[in-house]
Amino acid sequence: MTAATGRYSPAPGAAPLPRMILAQTALEARMLLRHGEQLLLTMIIPALLLALFSSVDLIDTGPGERVDFLAPGVLALAVLSTAFTGQAIATGYERRYGVLKRLGVSPLPRWALLVGKTGAVLVTLVFQTLLLVVVALALGWSPRGNPLAVAGLMLLGTAALSGLGLLMAGTLRAEATLAAANLVFVLLLFFGGVIVPLTEYPDGVRSVLELLPVPALADGLREVLREGGWPAASDVAVLAGWSVAGLGLAARFFRWE
Amino acid sequence: MRSAGVPPAVEAAGLVKRYGERIAVDNLDLTVPAHQVTAVLGPNGAGKTTTIEACEGYRRMDAGRLRVLGLDPVADGRRLRSRIGVMLQEGGVYPGARAGEMLRHVASLYAHPLDVAALGERLGLGSCGRTPYRRLSGGQRQRLALAMAVVGRPELVFLDEPTAGLDPQARQATWELVRELRNDGVTVVLSTHLMDEAEELADRVAILDGGRVIADGSPAELCRGGGADVLRFAGRPGLDLASLRAALPADAEVTEPTPGNYRITGDVGPRLLATVTAWCAQHGVLADRITTRRHTLEDVFLELTGRELRA
Repeated sequence: MTAATGRYSPAPGAAPLPRMILAQTALEARMLLRHGEQLLLTMIIPALLLALFSSVDLIDTGPGERVDFLAPGVLALAVLSTAFTGQAIATGYERRYGVLKRLGVSPLPRWALLVGKTGAVLVTLVFQTLLLVVVALALGWSPRGNPLAVAGLMLLGTAALSGLGLLMAGTLRAEATLAAANLVFVLLLFFGGVIVPLTEYPDGVRSVLELLPVPALADGLREVLREGGWPAASDVAVLAGWSVAGLGLAARFFRWE
Repeated sequence: MRSAGVPPAVEAAGLVKRYGERIAVDNLDLTVPAHQVTAVLGPNGAGKTTTIEACEGYRRMDAGRLRVLGLDPVADGRRLRSRIGVMLQEGGVYPGARAGEMLRHVASLYAHPLDVAALGERLGLGSCGRTPYRRLSGGQRQRLALAMAVVGRPELVFLDEPTAGLDPQARQATWELVRELRNDGVTVVLSTHLMDEAEELADRVAILDGGRVIADGSPAELCRGGGADVLRFAGRPGLDLASLRAALPADAEVTEPTPGNYRITGDVGPRLLATVTAWCAQHGVLADRITTRRHTLEDVFLELTGRELRA
């Protein structure tokens, strides 16, 4: 009845899971790194901010070298730009253009798609961190503390901000996500303890800002990299709380179409 | 291609889907035989998309029983998805991805994919492998979506208006691919607005309206079931109708609506035409202005749904 040797004869089957996840991660990473606006946001703006505010005395960053204050803040900004802003915008448009719908009928399980996205965010973050560390060192940065504590904090920050980014991408229209994700980036750039110390703001404002993930991440990184200590328990608690809330809500409310 | 004993690719019985007050699918029964091309036709809002998306595992029906390749599309989705191929009507590709890159990626998700380069060539995508998706023409996007549907060597493919917006050449290439798929043992479910596409490709046609299947069969069966075909000719008035009718097959009817104009209804084919002209020759009649009008799928559709297919 059928030509078993035909070119299109059925030979169905899913690829092995590790191969699928690797392919998905590689594709997602290429999509993130290929985008011009994306590179501006993730690489160029943080590096320029670091270079500008380290070399010119525009803002009072407190005692010590300016770069020692700015480098941890800009690392927190890098996590924000990739895990939150970049991922939210990309995922919002993928949802809008039916990419998530189409991959939903491929053998790739949904969780593996999210693993691929997370992998791509981490790959991008490695590039960002390398670039920012090189720039900071060139500006005379003298980092201290335990590198594993730094990595742990950045991973926790990535979890918190990815959850919030995916929640936004999976519930709002793509244009709304684009606008809101960029707005949050700009607001947290100024009010997130990234280049302006939170001590510059009134106590009431400050105590609210300290509950946000980016100020907590910046403060935690500074505690390690500038003071050579360990992050405050409150910072870790804020990041963990946002991770649970963001990822939980995203899992509950994310719409694939 | 018909093979006894092979279970159907899709079996749906009593499917119901409501969106609020509106009933999109209303007690729908449908069987898609394996190794054939089945066309699903229907006006907008007939329930085509909802039914096909249920087969693909996108939505859960409110009631009824649905089996695709013997599996429940939602509960057994993971196992089903490696065996089917889906062509969405639009989108489905990363906006920043290149055509070849996306096709290679989809291929990498399957165990035994087709050769990506050969498939791209086959569909005339060879020259745009490095073109970003957002710069592809509408026709190129269609063909990329088709390639993505078949690259994993599925047993069953769902094609949503595969040739909408294609030029005639690209349409022929797509039709040829669908025929090759069928000949190689792939089951094809095709939703289309194009009658000629259904007549050209489909072994079976299911016409949907108001959330139900209102007609189902081979194109020839459906055309026979509706109004009859018509043969008309002109000759001298007052021919012997009884003699002519006696020469024709039993189901044919002959009338003279106006003097000198004759109308024969029945299964109009080459044999009937030959019989009529032979009878005319025997009786010294020069049959003039002979026209035949076969009942088309489009006529059947109009009669059944009261609507134009191409709205």
